[in-house]
Formats: sequence, structure tokens, C-alpha cells
Amino acid sequence: MEHIPILQMGEFLLVTIQVDMHDQLALQLQDDLTNKIQVTGARGVLLDISALDMVDSFIGRMIANISGMSRILDAHTVLVGMQPSVAITLVELGLTLPGVKTALNVERGMAMLRSAMGAAEKADVSSQD
Amino acid sequence: MSVVKTETLELRNEQDIVLARQAVRRLSQACGFSLVDQTKMVTAASELARNTVTYGQGGTVVCETILDGARTGLRLTFADSGPGIADVSLAMTDGWTSGNGLGMGLTGAKRLVNEFDLDTKPGSGTRVTITRWK
Amino acid sequence: MAKTQSRTPGILKKHEKDLVSEWLKELKNALSSGDGKINDEELATQTRDFISLLQQASQHGTDPEREEWAAVREFLEGVSRSRAVQGFSADQTATFILSFKKPLFSRLRSELSSDPAALLEENWTVTELLDKLGMHTIRAFQKSREDVIRRQQEELLELSTPVVKLWDGVLALPMIGTLDSARTQMVMESLLQRIVETGSEIAIIDITGVPTVDTLVAQHLLKTVTAIRLMGSDCIISGVRPQIAQTIVHLGVDLQGVITKASLADALSLALKRSGYTVTRNKA
Repeated sequence: MEHIPILQMGEFLLVTIQVDMHDQLALQLQDDLTNKIQVTGARGVLLDISALDMVDSFIGRMIANISGMSRILDAHTVLVGMQPSVAITLVELGLTLPGVKTALNVERGMAMLRSAMGAAEKADVSSQD
Repeated sequence: MSVVKTETLELRNEQDIVLARQAVRRLSQACGFSLVDQTKMVTAASELARNTVTYGQGGTVVCETILDGARTGLRLTFADSGPGIADVSLAMTDGWTSGNGLGMGLTGAKRLVNEFDLDTKPGSGTRVTITRWK
Repeated sequence: MAKTQSRTPGILKKHEKDLVSEWLKELKNALSSGDGKINDEELATQTRDFISLLQQASQHGTDPEREEWAAVREFLEGVSRSRAVQGFSADQTATFILSFKKPLFSRLRSELSSDPAALLEENWTVTELLDKLGMHTIRAFQKSREDVIRRQQEELLELSTPVVKLWDGVLALPMIGTLDSARTQMVMESLLQRIVETGSEIAIIDITGVPTVDTLVAQHLLKTVTAIRLMGSDCIISGVRPQIAQTIVHLGVDLQGVITKASLADALSLALKRSGYTVTRNKA
């Protein structure tokens, strides 16, 4: 059973979704992520979807779920890297992901998380961009 | 109108949904759709394929590349012999769901394509046909 | 109603060389005026090719709509396309066919002088045929012209709505002229693409140059703003004139908290402030 890798970067967790996700994989990710948040005490989660060329209602739901679950576990989630054609399609679908914060890229996502956490990040973050 | 190419895929499980998406992406590109139009078609296909697998208890999708005069199009027909939809107008309302989730499958897909046709009856399965023109 | 086989194929074969040279003479006269330019060799090749195709096809009857005439039709479409691109007019293009009548008729006359009934019949058949082919040529010409116009429109579209970088992280899209659905969509897509490429957090859509906004355009604008926000950036609409403001309210379009500014300058000022910049003026 494959898992989507979750990277720990200081207080943040970075999830880069690169494969064409099937439903089981998406559910597995939700499980893994909530576990990891608890184990690491991470306060922020970056969900990188820059490699996804399609987001349908199921994946949209997964994103909203992850965001919701993380919040309950006291972590903020930021969705980064949405492709223009995906954004346009989501708008057409009427799927606006309410309550999910978004940023253009990982760099800005981290800035957003930091200000959300209100803490200066001292941990060595290896270059991501 | 003529059918230039036909491809039929089985939709039995989630892996098939992924394969269907990939096939529709490939076919949309071959039709010369813009990136946005490709994405819309693939997304609609994903929604309907999921419906077929989850609610229709499995079925097929027939992908046809069609030619009507000068314009090229892609027509996808999702068919299953599942329980069918009892109340179509309810199913087509935004936000309706019979399972878990947002249930945007049908209405969402309709917004992403040029032509949409739903043929269903309780007990006789469901057939959804969507078409996108270049 | 041809009761006997047409005499034309035979005549075409027999007199090919003469037909070509006379036809070329007619063509040169007709094409010498106007903007188009075509070299002699190309013209000579076209006439020879046409006669040979005509000769083959006319052995199967003289209805140009039929399957056997497909090669002739395609050939003429090719000629029309190249004429359109070379800058010739529609009638000059049709002249390609029509100027063939005179040489062909004079050959028919000489061949069938002993049989006036047959001559009349053949004349009529040939006239009908060449007229139909002439029409086909004009239709193809028009289609080519329309294609050229469409392509030029697309290029004009791209040129007239450039996405401009106003500052680090601030893009502007000045929209000019009437917005139709297709144009708006195309422009919006390129704006989104540029936002991603430049990592700009604020996009200013300026509609000062847009005379009217209808429901469809307003909806597109709204969808674009939503998409921009979904991607993680924000949007300001500037240049909203009183008339447009009225239209938007009358249409009942809900701007959903999109910030609007009267001028691009105001929008830029806000964008800079939001991005954390302060503009100070040096004391003179």
C-alpha cells in the first residue's frame, strides 16, 4: 500500500501530492497526516498541489477535511501551488473550498503559516523553491 | 456527425477512475482542446466515473471522438446497471448527496461541458452522456 | 441530360498545349491589376495541373459534386487558399476558372463545327461545369479569408490586453475595448498564468477602457476574481465608472467583497500598501 510522503520541516509538515491519487490513497493520507501532526506536534501543514492537473469534488473534500482535522489538532493548513486551469475548473464547479487558506507557492505558504502562528521560525529550512 | 474513434473502459474500482481520467486527458489533448478545456473534461469525467463506480455499482465509459462538420468533439457515455436515480430533479440540485460528501457529481459535471444528457430510472441503471466541443 | 459521353475529355487531351498557353494569356491580363502577385511558373503549373485533373474527372461525367471530382475540388481549394494569402481579390481568384472558358470554347467550336447540336450541348455542359467550379473556388476563397481574419483577431487580442508588472508582486491587466465572452475568458486565463509565473500576490484588473459591462462579462470578472483568490492571490478591480457601477447593481451581481477602486492609481496605492511598501517623497 503506497503512502504519500510527509516531510517534516521544523514546526511544519510538507505534503507534496504528485501522483494521480486514487480514493484509497487520499483516505490514507488523511490518516497519516493526522497521526503525524499529533506525533510531531506540528503547528503548520503545507499541502502542495502544484503537480495536480485536476482537482475534482472528492479531492476537494479531502483537502477541506485535512484542513478541518488539522485545525482541531491545533495546526494551520495552507494549500499551495494550485494551477490556473484547476482554479478555473473549481470555480466553474462551484467548489470554492471555504475555510481553506491558499498561497501561490511553498515560500509564501510558509510565510502565511508563520504569521498565523505568530512565531519566528528559527529551524533550518532547506531551500524548497 | 461521425465518430472518428471509440474507446471503451471498464469502471469497476477506484483504479479504473484514475485510468479513465488519464484516457480522457489523452483524448482531450488529441482533440486539440485548450488546457483549461482539457481540465474541465477530465474533472467532469472523474466525477461521473466515480458516480458509476460508487453508486452505479460499476459500469463502463465509452469515449468517442466525434466530427460534426468542421468541429471536433469528445463525447463520453457513462453507463451502469445500478439502482438508477429515483428523483432526478433532486439529484441535479447543487449540494444534494445520497452518500457521504458534497454530491456535486452531476450538477458539477454539467457545468463543465457543452452538452449533458441524463437517462435514468429506478431499477434500470443510469446513463450519462457529456460532450465537449473544441 | 447528357445522352452521349461528353466530348470534353478528348478535347482537353488533344489540345492541352494550346489551351494552356491561351489560358495563361487570359490570366495574365486579368491578374495584372490589383495587389496580388504570382510568378509565371507557378501559374503555368497550376493551369497544366488543372487541365489534367479536369481531363481525368470529366471522363466520369460532368457533375462536380460527385466523388470522382474530389481531386479537382481539392485542387481548387488549394489555389483559392494561396490566392487569399497572396492578397488577390475574390473575383481575381474566380477568374482562374472563368478565363478558361474562352480557350475551351474556341477549341469546342473548331472540333464540333460540323455538328451544331452537339456543339450547343457541349457548350452548355462546359458552361455549367465551369460555373459550378468557379463558385466552389469563391467559396473556398472566402473561407480562407475568414480564417486569416480570425487569426488576425486572435493576434490583436493578445496584443491589446497585455499583463503588466507594476511592481514586485503586483500585476495589472488593463482591459480595453468591448469584452466578449471568448475574449474575456482568454484574457483571464493568461492573467492567471502570469500570476503563477511571477508569484504576484495582487492583480489589478483595470476596466477604464471598457465601455459596457453586461451580465456575462460581470460573471466572468467575478469568476476570475474567485479563481485568483483560490490560487492564493488577491484582486482589485479599478476603473469602475459610474455607469458600470449602475449596471452591476441593476444586474444584481454580488461582488462578494471584491475591492473596487475608481482609478488604477488608487488601486496601485492600495496594492503597495498591502504588500508592505511605503512610498515617501523626498523633500525638494
